[in-house]
Amino acid sequence: MNLAMVTLFGLIMLIGGVAALHMKDTVSAILAAGSVSLVASLIYLLLGAPDVAMTEAAIGSALTTVVFLFSWTRIQRHPESTNDRKSEYREDDQP
Amino acid sequence: MMRRVIVVIALATIAFGFFPLATQIGELSGLTGIATHYVEQGAAELGAANLVTSVVVSYRGLDTLGEVLVLFTATTGVTTLLTAKKSKSVTQNEEEKSVRREGSELLATGAAFLFPLLVLFGIYIFMNGHLTPGGGFQGGVVLASAFLLLLFSDCRMQLNHVLLKRAEAFSGAAYVAVGLLGLWLAGGFLDPRFLPAGEFGQLFSAGAIPLIYILVGIKVGSELTGIIDSMRGCSR
Repeated sequence: MNLAMVTLFGLIMLIGGVAALHMKDTVSAILAAGSVSLVASLIYLLLGAPDVAMTEAAIGSALTTVVFLFSWTRIQRHPESTNDRKSEYREDDQP
Repeated sequence: MMRRVIVVIALATIAFGFFPLATQIGELSGLTGIATHYVEQGAAELGAANLVTSVVVSYRGLDTLGEVLVLFTATTGVTTLLTAKKSKSVTQNEEEKSVRREGSELLATGAAFLFPLLVLFGIYIFMNGHLTPGGGFQGGVVLASAFLLLLFSDCRMQLNHVLLKRAEAFSGAAYVAVGLLGLWLAGGFLDPRFLPAGEFGQLFSAGAIPLIYILVGIKVGSELTGIIDSMRGCSR
């Protein structure tokens, strides 16, 4: 029973990881990467390590995802930091 | 072509180096080495009901101090880099362009309702670190997530940075001071046994372990709140 659950969760983790690599939308990819950590914390709980499970759930899936999302928004907001929007930057710079 | 050959050679070398590890590893049926001592004597020596905590805080206390130091360095780096960038003209630019969406009514009410509960839960986790699973790091992250929820619901909210920095600096210094007290009054650096062990399984037990975990919790909570606050990009 335990082995079956761990295998199932491991498969979900694999799917989440591959999905994070192949998604076109960055926000969806970040969320997929966060789900990998969430399922990993369930595996830790099943294997009898609640301390590690709590850390993984809180830091790996919650805080890291939030930090990634925040930095993604910041990158979006500064047009000069991405190459494909150089024209926008010049317009801003002229006046 | 040459590059590919080098990559293949490098991979083969790594595989060759790690091959013994992969073959020699097997399922352990019992405890080995010093782990036996921790499991058999840990509760009697330190009086903490949660064995993981007595390993993390006391037996491997120096590692935990190192982890706290790593987190402190990371926070300092993030805050310095992000604040340095903000002081340029970027801030003004950001201010003009940003059309911000206010947090919805549902989010605002939910955050106001959940914030005290989350703070209480975080404090509970790190105060009971020596009794139940969890501890300073987990409790600190829960504290930070409470503040995160609050910042989500009201983007214009300003946190008291002086208070955050003071809490962080005080708890870090006090952690090292507790460690030195252990060196002076008990067996060694970060030895929690200079306070009475108390009754096994009670809140006030296990020597200085709860004290250390409370300090770590405050430190981690204030540091992560600081990181989140400097990253959200809504401050003026």
